[in-house]
Amino acid sequence: MTPSSDHARGTSPTLDVAAYARSLDCVHCGLCLPTCPTWQVTTLETESPRGRVYLMRALAEGRVADANAIRPFLDHCLDCRACETACPSGVRYGELLESTRAAIERAAPRRGLAAWLVRTLLWHVVARQGRLRAAFAGLRAAELLGLRWLATRTRLLPAAMAALAPRVPPGRERRPLPTGLHQPPAGVARRGVRVALFTGCVMEPLFGRVHRATLQVLLANGFEVLVPAAQRCCGALLVHSGRPDRARELARANVAAFAEADIVVDNAAGCGCAMAEYGHLLGDAAGAAFARKRRDICTFLAQAGLSAEPAECRAKAAYDDPCHLCHGQGIRREPRELLARVPGLEIVPHARPEECCGSAGIYNLLQPDLAAAIGRRKADSLVAAGVDLVLTGNPGCMLQIDSHLRRIGHQRPVRHPIELLVPAR
Amino acid sequence: MQALERDLCRLLGAQRVVYEPDALLAWECDGFTVHRSRPRAVVLPDSTAEVQAIVRLLHAADVPFVPRGAGTCLSGGPTAAATTVVIDLSRMRRVLRIAVEDLFAVVQPGVVNLDLTAAVRHLGLHYAPDPSSQSVCTIGGNLAENSGGPHCFKYGMTQDHVLSALVVLPDGELARLGCEAGSRPPHALDLPALFCGSEGTFAIATEITVRLCRDQESVRTLLFAFASMSAACRTVSDVVAAGLVPAALEILDQATIRAVEASVYRAGYPPEAAAVLLVELDGPDFVTAEEAAEVRACGERHAALRIEEAVEPQERARLWKGRKGAFGAMGRLATDLYVLDGVVPRTRLEEALERIAAIGRRHGVVPNNVFHAGDGNLHPNISFDGRCPDQTARTIAAGHEILQLCVDLGGSITGEHGVGSEKLDHIGMMFSPADLDVMARVRAVFDPDGRCNPGKALPSRAGCAEVAKWPQMVARVLGVEDGA
Repeated sequence: MTPSSDHARGTSPTLDVAAYARSLDCVHCGLCLPTCPTWQVTTLETESPRGRVYLMRALAEGRVADANAIRPFLDHCLDCRACETACPSGVRYGELLESTRAAIERAAPRRGLAAWLVRTLLWHVVARQGRLRAAFAGLRAAELLGLRWLATRTRLLPAAMAALAPRVPPGRERRPLPTGLHQPPAGVARRGVRVALFTGCVMEPLFGRVHRATLQVLLANGFEVLVPAAQRCCGALLVHSGRPDRARELARANVAAFAEADIVVDNAAGCGCAMAEYGHLLGDAAGAAFARKRRDICTFLAQAGLSAEPAECRAKAAYDDPCHLCHGQGIRREPRELLARVPGLEIVPHARPEECCGSAGIYNLLQPDLAAAIGRRKADSLVAAGVDLVLTGNPGCMLQIDSHLRRIGHQRPVRHPIELLVPAR
Repeated sequence: MQALERDLCRLLGAQRVVYEPDALLAWECDGFTVHRSRPRAVVLPDSTAEVQAIVRLLHAADVPFVPRGAGTCLSGGPTAAATTVVIDLSRMRRVLRIAVEDLFAVVQPGVVNLDLTAAVRHLGLHYAPDPSSQSVCTIGGNLAENSGGPHCFKYGMTQDHVLSALVVLPDGELARLGCEAGSRPPHALDLPALFCGSEGTFAIATEITVRLCRDQESVRTLLFAFASMSAACRTVSDVVAAGLVPAALEILDQATIRAVEASVYRAGYPPEAAAVLLVELDGPDFVTAEEAAEVRACGERHAALRIEEAVEPQERARLWKGRKGAFGAMGRLATDLYVLDGVVPRTRLEEALERIAAIGRRHGVVPNNVFHAGDGNLHPNISFDGRCPDQTARTIAAGHEILQLCVDLGGSITGEHGVGSEKLDHIGMMFSPADLDVMARVRAVFDPDGRCNPGKALPSRAGCAEVAKWPQMVARVLGVEDGA
């Protein structure tokens, strides 16, 4: 039986057969519940993976009267995939959620100013690096002119959003990495391996230092690094917002931009996870080949082995697993192994390393209340561990954790693990 | 919105009342997915006072209700009829008090079983009953179902660990059952024991006092792989006959081993084995070491293919992981799963398993087994496609025969999952109408109007109409109802 016409009544959007089949793997055991941040915060069945899978299956079977009635529950999902880590039945929840969101969006496109704004920003600004750079330059100028302060004071910018919206770093920190081929400095033993670096969208204007550290570490360890000029945003945010069609366009551009590369390295967990699924997204061999040759920076370095000793860093730090690294790609050991090589660094455990921080792409902007409750849990867990440095490998998580540590009055530096692997000069 | 829903929203705030029909779909069933029904509404109280206020409103409106924890029940216990309001207790998840010296804890009903152990671990204590769903299921639900678990062979069921409960009766009044010290005058009724296993049909427990156990000095977990199921069963009999009382004795069959090994709960069980036996020993170190040698000898006598012994907590957790994820992992085989829960005398396990396989063959289904061998508590798991009326019917029919077999062998239709809505048809196998009548009268003492989880646990006089509805509900979900 498939979600065919006799089941799909009225205007219920139907899923493709493969997605529907994935919803059937769930036998309702419930082992996913405690791993779900939105269930932890609300304890509502509708805000749990088991409940959402059940609703998505009901939707496909035409048992949901109004798809818009269950849409908020799917919107509230962080897509953090902690449930996939807990699921004994192997439900591929992320794929199921993404195809359901896309099916609903196709059947009933979202209306309203906020939805328009999100669509416009994601497609016309975030996915176009030139415009994104210009936008950040504009934001920086506005900040310097005191417009941000004014917008917050006049409540034009809601307080919750003002607290989340990051300060734009000065121009020299936002400058893009030079494209083209970079050679290891003289005196460094070469490995004879060339890697291509994926630079993504917001990492560059917000955490340009992470890109520079990545380049520096790769070069210092004897790798040639290619930064292709034609690369684009990975498309993850579009997939998560129910627009896989547009994400495919970006994915194809990236497949072409990295056609010459044998190894593609990325340093943002969310982008890496999305690109690991290019095979599924594009549904062709080129996408699958791209997915096979891409690596998370920490995995790549842990496998290749560090030849350059990292600089000393005397700190008591917590490593926090980005969801799309630990749940999405199963990477937990490698960043910790590399960090263990940093002289003076003590890594201490904290209570919720694998629970989402509430950032989840642009989730914290779209669902500020839930994101705040979830972010608070993360910040509390880190503070309780008594650390003076937080390490995590995704720009959204870095922003969210930083913002929530500030909110509870425990500001700590938040760094990408790669920043600690830079050798002493 | 009707008057009742409006009153509930006024009481709790709109965030904690769900009445939108599409959203209510999510509460249609528990782990027993054959019976499905959308409740009238779901409410999520935060405190005993709120539970009382809700129950008073429902009492005044003459509306039935069902308490619910994490919804991991396997017999339809918390599944609610269309007229019924679900009182979801998962927000009430605070450990209220830990009495270290007196070895008890007072908890709210929504506290997750494993979270209680986590809360007292630093004190060298734990909560002993450990259902496989212990990372999710709640103490309130455990109390309602008198839940068991692997370690109940040595430590007893939930009933043996509940000292007292504060309950909200169906008219909203409070009652205290038992006392924290756990003792009672010799002539008095053991009310906590009576309440335990009442499947939410008496009242709603809002504060539960449970016994805590001291951690043992040493714990050893042994894994045996056998080439045949009978070798595994005979090893269990030998272990018990030798006078040993292991903390747990668990068996998984080949299909279960393979499903688990394909999942994230893979524990390194050898997929070529016909059966895996897990034995856990706890006590002083020199005792467990001696016992482990004896248990090993039993396994070797029955030609174990492989024996592993783990002492370190991490290694032991790995061996247990597969067992804990076994139910969910069966989802790899088909879209739905019927988890049976029969008990047979331990000495008849082998015979029971052979006859269960034969019943399966006759109905064209394959019962896979994972079970608490020490208690003779079988869990034949039948994977089926719930969208196919014929397969569902054959699964239910095979289940019926399997439970009859358990009773015929001198056992029971349930060891730890409860009767719920699932076994209403089977309860007559064990009890005469006169027995059932006595039980119904005991129930009526707590719930004279029959509004507390009606249609569950007992085919009660008042609940007959409700009971008769379950087959229709199945029919509706399967789409075989007339005119559907």
